Amino acid sequence: MNKSMLIKNGRILDPAQDLAITGDLLITDGKIKEIAPDVKNIPADCTTLDAKGMVVCPGFVDFHCHLRQPGFEEKETIATGSKAAAKGGFTTICCMPNTEPALDNKATIDFIKATSASEACIRVLPIGCITKGRKGLELADMGELAETGVVALSDDGSTIADSRIMKQALEYSLIFGLPISDHCEDAMLSNGGQINEGIIATRLGLRGIPNAAEENVIARDIALAKLTGARIHICHISTEGSVELIRNAKKDGVRITAEVTPHHLTMDEEMVLDYDTNAKVNPPLRTKKDIAALISGLKDGTIDIIATDHAPHTENDKLCEFAVAPFGISGFETALGSLMKLVHNGDIEIHLLLSKLTVVPSKIIGSKFGKLGTLNQGATADITIFDPDVEWTVDTKEFYSKGKNTPLNGHKLKGKVMATIFNGKIVYKDNSVKLGV
Amino acid sequence: MEAVEQINLIGLKDEKPQPAQKIWKHKHILDLDDFTSEEIDLVMQTTEAMHEILSRPIKKVPTLRGKTVVTLFYEASTRTRSSFELAAKNLSADISNLTVSSSSVTKGESLIDTLETMEALGADIVVMRHPYSGAPNLASKHVKASIINAGDGWHAHPTQALLDMYTMLKHKNSIKNLKVTIIGDIIHSRVAHSNIWSLTKMGADVTICGPSTLLPKGMDNPQPYFPKVNVTTDIDKAIKDADVVMGLRLQLERQQSGLLPSIREYSRLYQITEERLSKADKGVIVMHPGPVNEDVEIASTVAHGDKSVINEQVTNGVAVRMALFYLLAGGSRNE
Amino acid sequence: MAKKVIMTEADIKRTIARISHEIVERNKSTKNIILVGMRTRGVPLAKRLASNIESFEEMKIPVGILDFSLYRDDISSQDIPLVIKSTDIPSSVDGKVIVLVDDVLYTGRSARAALDAIIDLGRPLSIQLAVLVDRGHRELPIRADYVGKNIPSSKDEEIEVRLTETDEMDEVAIIPKPGREG
Ligand SMILES: [Zn+2]
Repeated sequence: MNKSMLIKNGRILDPAQDLAITGDLLITDGKIKEIAPDVKNIPADCTTLDAKGMVVCPGFVDFHCHLRQPGFEEKETIATGSKAAAKGGFTTICCMPNTEPALDNKATIDFIKATSASEACIRVLPIGCITKGRKGLELADMGELAETGVVALSDDGSTIADSRIMKQALEYSLIFGLPISDHCEDAMLSNGGQINEGIIATRLGLRGIPNAAEENVIARDIALAKLTGARIHICHISTEGSVELIRNAKKDGVRITAEVTPHHLTMDEEMVLDYDTNAKVNPPLRTKKDIAALISGLKDGTIDIIATDHAPHTENDKLCEFAVAPFGISGFETALGSLMKLVHNGDIEIHLLLSKLTVVPSKIIGSKFGKLGTLNQGATADITIFDPDVEWTVDTKEFYSKGKNTPLNGHKLKGKVMATIFNGKIVYKDNSVKLGV
Repeated sequence: MEAVEQINLIGLKDEKPQPAQKIWKHKHILDLDDFTSEEIDLVMQTTEAMHEILSRPIKKVPTLRGKTVVTLFYEASTRTRSSFELAAKNLSADISNLTVSSSSVTKGESLIDTLETMEALGADIVVMRHPYSGAPNLASKHVKASIINAGDGWHAHPTQALLDMYTMLKHKNSIKNLKVTIIGDIIHSRVAHSNIWSLTKMGADVTICGPSTLLPKGMDNPQPYFPKVNVTTDIDKAIKDADVVMGLRLQLERQQSGLLPSIREYSRLYQITEERLSKADKGVIVMHPGPVNEDVEIASTVAHGDKSVINEQVTNGVAVRMALFYLLAGGSRNE
Repeated sequence: MAKKVIMTEADIKRTIARISHEIVERNKSTKNIILVGMRTRGVPLAKRLASNIESFEEMKIPVGILDFSLYRDDISSQDIPLVIKSTDIPSSVDGKVIVLVDDVLYTGRSARAALDAIIDLGRPLSIQLAVLVDRGHRELPIRADYVGKNIPSSKDEEIEVRLTETDEMDEVAIIPKPGREG
C-alpha cells in the first residue's frame, strides 16, 4: 500500500468548505494533506492519479440502504453491498435493520460491525430498530444500541402504526440524541397497494397507493416531534404534499430532516407501464408534478439529503406476477449517473447535489464516526472521483451488487464514478483510470 | 333472388382477397389497448364468418387440425373456459385443460415453470385466466406459445370486450357515435376496462357510472394512458338516450371492504331497472358479462326482458374466440 | 416477358354464355341447381352464370357464396391467412346439384377445400366444378366439369383474372410471377 497519493488536475469540489478549484489533492497516511492549484511537495513514493476533466469530491455518504445480512445473503451481503457502494462512489453507508434477525440488540449490531470490519471495503454504519423485532409494540433497548454504535433508529419497511409507541420512542430517543428515522406509510390506507394511485394504476388494474398514505404519517410524526422536541428523520419522501408538510414544519422549528432517493427524483410512475417489477418500489414512483416538488424541496433545503434506499433482491424474487414481487430498487451503482441528469438538465447545481450526498448526511450522522463528508485538511481521505460527462449504458450483469433489480438496465446515463478512495486507499477504480508513480 | 341480394349486401367491391397479416400484428392477445381499429374490424369480420359456422348442423371445420390449445385457469370459471374449449373444438384443435388452484399462486409457485411445462407438451396457444393483473404479460415474455388473456385481475378481459362489441354490431349498424353506458363496479372490472379501450377506439361515446368508491382513479385527465370517457355517479343521467346499457357483476365482498354501505343501498341507487331504462334510446340493448346477480346490479325482469341480449353474448363468445384462434394461428408463425 | 392477354371482355362473355348452356344441358333441368361462387372471383362468375341461365330458362337460379379458407390445408405452412368472410348459401344443400364456380383451376387444392366445405354443410346429390381457366399443374386428382379455356402455363407465370365487379374490367392475362423480373 502506498502511503501517499496525488490526485492531479481535478475539479475539486467540497460543499463543506465551499471549495471549488481546479488543481491537485495530496493524501498522506490516509488523511487529506493538501489541496492546491499545483501541489509542490510530493513525497517520493507517491502514487498519482490524473483527474483531468473529472470532479474530485468527498466520498458519498448514504444514510439509507439495505445490505440484507444477516438473513438474506442470497440478495446481498455486507461484502457485495459495500463493493457495489464503492463502485457508486460511496465511502460511508448506513444499513437498515430489517434483517433476520432484525438489528434490535447489541449482539446483532456487533455482528454488523465485526463483519464490516473484516469484509466491507468502505465504512458501514448500522441503524438499530426502534422497536423489538420491528414489531411496533415494545421499544428496543435504545441505550444499548446507542452504546454499541448505531447512527440512527428505524423500523424501516414499516411504520410504527401505534402513535403512542411512536411518541414514546421519540421521547426516549432524547436521552441519546439519535434521530428516529421513519418509513412513513399508513398501511391501512396503502392497503396492499402496488403502485401510485392514479391513471396508470387504473390502466394496469393494480391497487394504488394514495399520496395521503405517506403524508398522513409525516403529519403525525411532525406533530409528535414538535410535542416531544425529539429529532425525526423522514425516509424516502415521494410526494408534493410531503415536501409541503416538511417545509412548514421546518419553518415551525421542528427538529426534522428528510431524505429523497435518486429514483424518486428521476423516474415517474410510467416506468411500471409494462408491469416491470424492477420499478416496483415503496413508496411508489409518483408523477412528474411530484418530481418537480421534490426538486424544489432539494433546492430550498426542505429535503436535506439524498439517500439510495438501495434494496437488492434476487432475479427470482422479481421474476413473478407484479402483485407478489417484493418492493425495492438496487440503487448504489446507478445513483450518481441518475442524479447527474438533474445537473445536466439544469434542475440543480452540482454543488447542491454534492452537498446532499456528502456534508449534510455527515451532519445528520454527527462526529462520532470521524470527520466525514469533507475534504478539509486532516480529514479522513474518503474521496470520490467522477467524470460528469461520460455517457455509459447500465448493464446489470456488470453490477457488483447481487441485486440486479433496477428498471434502468439498458438505459444510458451521463456521469460515472471513476475512482473511490476510502481512508486513503483506492477501493474502486474504473478500468480506464491509469495510475502513475 | 334472395341470394343475389345478399351478395350485393356484402358488397363485391370489398371482396378482394386480403392477407390478414397486413392488418393483424398480434402474437398474443393481452389487452385491447394495443389494437388498432383495423384489427378490431378484422376480428369482427372474422367473427361473422365463424358465427355462420355455428349456425350449421355440423359446427366443425378442420382449420386448426394439429394445433394444441391449452387452457390454464388460476380462477374457476366454467363459462369462460367452456367457451374457449368449444371454440377450439369447432376448429378441430387439440385441447387440454389445466386448473391450478388459486392457493398455489399465493404460495409463489412459479407461473413461468408451469408455462414451460405446457410448452414442453406442445401448446401452440395458451388461454390464461389469472387473479393477478399483468400475469399474461409476464407469461408472454417467457414462452413461445401465443397467450390469450382470458381475464387477469382487474386489468383486462379482451375476448369479452370483443364479443360484447360483436353483439352490439348484431343490433346496431356501427359502433361509431354509439352511446354506451357501463354501470357498476368499474374500478375492479377487467370487462369494463377492455370495453373502454375497444369502444373508444371504434368511436363510441362511452359513459361509466357507479358509486364514487367504485369508479377508477385519474379519469379527469386520463390521456395518454387511458381513454377519455364520461364519468358520472348519476345513473339517470348515464342512461338517458343510451343505445347500449351494460351492467357489471358486483362482487359481494365490496361491502366488507367498506366500499359500499350495503348491497341493498347499491341496488337502490345503481340497479338497472325497467323504469330507469325507459329514459334510454327506444332501441336500447342491455348487456352483462355474466354471471348476473339478479336484482342486485340488474333487475331480473330486465335481465330476462326483451331488451336483454345477455344470452346472445354467450353464443357470440364462441364465435369471437374461434376468430381469435384463427387469426393467432396464422399470425404466430410470421415472426 | 411482358403481360399477354389471353381472354378479352368479349371472350369472357362468350365463354360464360357457353358454360351456362353446358350446365343446363348436362343437368337436364335447372330445378335442383345451386351455383356456389368460391371466394373471391368465383362469386361474380356464379352470379353471371345465374343471370345467363335465367335469361333462357324460366327459373331463378340460387347463388351462394363459399369461403373455404377454414378448410385450407396450408394454414400451418403458409404464412398468410386470408381475411375470411361468411359462407352464405341460400338453402340447404341436401339433395341439390351444387356447381362450384371459380376463376382458375390450378393445383386443385382450393377445389378440394371447397368440396370439404360443401360436404360439411350437408349431402348434395352431386357436386360439379366450373372454372373460367384451367392452367394445369394439378397436385390432386381433381378435374373440372366445365372449363372456359385451357391455358397451358409455366409455374413461373401467373394467370391474372380481372372481373368488372372486383377489378373494374374484364380480362384474363398471363404475366410473369411478381419478383421474377429484372
Ligand atoms: Zn423504507
